[in-house]
Amino acid sequence: MTTAETKQSSKLREQIRQVLNSQRQPTVTVLSSLLAVQDSIHHLPDEAIRETATFCGSTINEVWSVASFYTNFRFTPPGEKTLDVCWGPSCHILGAQEILNSVHAALELNEEGESPDGKVTLSYNTCLGACAQGPCIAIDHHLIGRQTPESAAKIARELRGLDG
Amino acid sequence: MPTPFEELQARAATRWEELTAGESAWIRVGGGASGQAVGADKVLDAFREAVESSGANATVSMVGAPGLMYLEPQVDVLMPDGIRIFYGNVGPEEARTIVEQHVKNGEPLLDRAYAYTARDGTATNGTDRVGPGTGDLPTLDSMPMVALQERIATRNFGDIDPHDILQYVANDGYSALNRALTEMTPDQIVDEIKNSGLRGRGGAAFPAGLKWSFLAPSNAPVKYVLCNAEEGDPGAFNDKGIIESDPHTLVEGLIINGYATRSSHGFIFIRQGHEMSINAAGKAVEQAYEAGLLGKNILGTEFSFEMEVSLTGDSYVAGEETALMEAIEGKRATPRFKPPFPAAEGLWKKPTNINNVKTLAYVPEIVRNGAEWFKGIGTETTSGTAIVCLSGHIKYPGMYEIPMGMTIRDVLEKVGGGVSEGERIKVIQAGGPLNGLLGEEAFDTIIDFDAMTAAGASIGSGGIIVGNETTNVVDLLRTLIAFNQFESCGKCFPCRLGNTHMLEILNRMCENKAKSSDLALLQRVGLSMKAGSLCGHGQLGYNPIESALKYFGDEIKASLNGELELTGVFGDGTMILPSRTRP
Repeated sequence: MTTAETKQSSKLREQIRQVLNSQRQPTVTVLSSLLAVQDSIHHLPDEAIRETATFCGSTINEVWSVASFYTNFRFTPPGEKTLDVCWGPSCHILGAQEILNSVHAALELNEEGESPDGKVTLSYNTCLGACAQGPCIAIDHHLIGRQTPESAAKIARELRGLDG
Repeated sequence: MPTPFEELQARAATRWEELTAGESAWIRVGGGASGQAVGADKVLDAFREAVESSGANATVSMVGAPGLMYLEPQVDVLMPDGIRIFYGNVGPEEARTIVEQHVKNGEPLLDRAYAYTARDGTATNGTDRVGPGTGDLPTLDSMPMVALQERIATRNFGDIDPHDILQYVANDGYSALNRALTEMTPDQIVDEIKNSGLRGRGGAAFPAGLKWSFLAPSNAPVKYVLCNAEEGDPGAFNDKGIIESDPHTLVEGLIINGYATRSSHGFIFIRQGHEMSINAAGKAVEQAYEAGLLGKNILGTEFSFEMEVSLTGDSYVAGEETALMEAIEGKRATPRFKPPFPAAEGLWKKPTNINNVKTLAYVPEIVRNGAEWFKGIGTETTSGTAIVCLSGHIKYPGMYEIPMGMTIRDVLEKVGGGVSEGERIKVIQAGGPLNGLLGEEAFDTIIDFDAMTAAGASIGSGGIIVGNETTNVVDLLRTLIAFNQFESCGKCFPCRLGNTHMLEILNRMCENKAKSSDLALLQRVGLSMKAGSLCGHGQLGYNPIESALKYFGDEIKASLNGELELTGVFGDGTMILPSRTRP
């Protein structure tokens, strides 16, 4: 590890410790800590696993078992924006597969992940919770309903800074 | 000297009078996740801006989702004369016109409105008309999807600002808690819930009062009551609906649950990312503390009770009661062996009760109006209402609280308005992805726990996903099994491997590559899951296929003979599926 990397890592560790210490709810656990870190820095780097273990008095193994279980946790930085597309049964009936396909094209992807320019992270979601307005997508947890393949692709392109 | 609760009520009455009986108009914008999804936030901003720039005398609030979600974004205007007029599918660009014409000039835009109500229920029988100003508009209560409802848990939806405890109190809120604490013993409340016939609304339909009675006798100093708001069922959004639209009804229900079972702590358990629910629940708990409804010596009585909101990560199985306790403890959300049952050894090994949001939301009204009243609604074996969520190919998607005992057909046709596109409703998927598909011949089944189970489905959490004649049942089955496969927690291998195996077979079926022996294989895998899994996720995982065989046997057989009409965006029957899985 170079000195610059070490410095960066220690700065990151400090930032993570602050997040861990500023949890306000009475019950603080490994899961609540990991959720707090991801909420703040949008992914769980190695440092987050280690600092959470120290903070909670757990082992790295225990922390990793939790981090690897919940599918919202990610271990590399996401794109600038996150686009969730629902593929649950209700949206499926209303054409979610066509929307996934058009969003893939707009983001130059053929599965979940980051668009090549790093601007957008695409996630498939099992249910965004606004089924009455399906098909649904969400940008950074903000729901958008009544989508068509065209409207969703337009939104995806705009998130990349391209013309709709 | 007034009691602490009377003081709170007096403050609430003043607040409510300001909003509804003053000189100023009250503009309410329907919110919630479903409102947000179609731009209610922008509509709210536009109305605030229009009121400010025009100098109109009006208050603008965001209220919960009124349930008629096909009309969102929804806005209504209550004028000082008591007439309230409802506008549907409102765009931000209409705010200025509505404020100028309706609020300032007193001339409602009747061609844009869909219903009205008048103060004091003077026009609620569907025929009365109130003076000039409402023209030929129907009353809200005369609309079939409103008239057929019996709103108990959803009684305040669309009427009050969920972030204002005083508005809840002004509408009889916390009076059940006050009554419970000052006039009733814990045992009397447990009996009341027992006598009401209330059954758990999370899907298992276990009698709530009986469940409470398991926890009540223990003298342990620390006991927990948990509210399960981990609503992961696709097609169901009523738990989030209650929290977003009227969180205090849940908080009140949970406090009463705590008092009746002599518990010390309550948790509301919600999945991260559902920001509206999290914020609404968090704020409601905070306000309840400030008002002396939580904490030490609630309302000046001997009873003390703490409450907090607990967040979980993405995991469907976290909604299973023992997995939920693991998640609150901060671990992987996998189910525990039972016994010990939660009432003996639950969260952090302390005696624990778990109830669904909807179950708890009924509690204040049951305590306020009595067990007999609740028992008088619904059917003999299932008292009360079902909060059904309609989505898919349905004309009026939304959330409707209907008395138990209505037929599926009436829910689909009279409440939901029938099919939205296409010719007919071919299939419904009811009660979440671990429950069944029903075909047309089952639509005369009544909605009650036992009748639905007998038909091969379940009320479950209340979601009803509707498919028209173009819906390919095998493809729909695959989506359900794909969901179950993705969400298996992995603890029991019959569930983890069984779902993966069933998904492989269904993929073959959808691609017309299945063998005739695949059906027997599906059945064998399904039965192994049923026998060898700890929780409902594995035990019920074969349900969708079993029910589909009953109602859509021909279609399934066609897929085994290579005669299925291929679906999907690539035209070859393949489906885009997540590649991630739990290690």
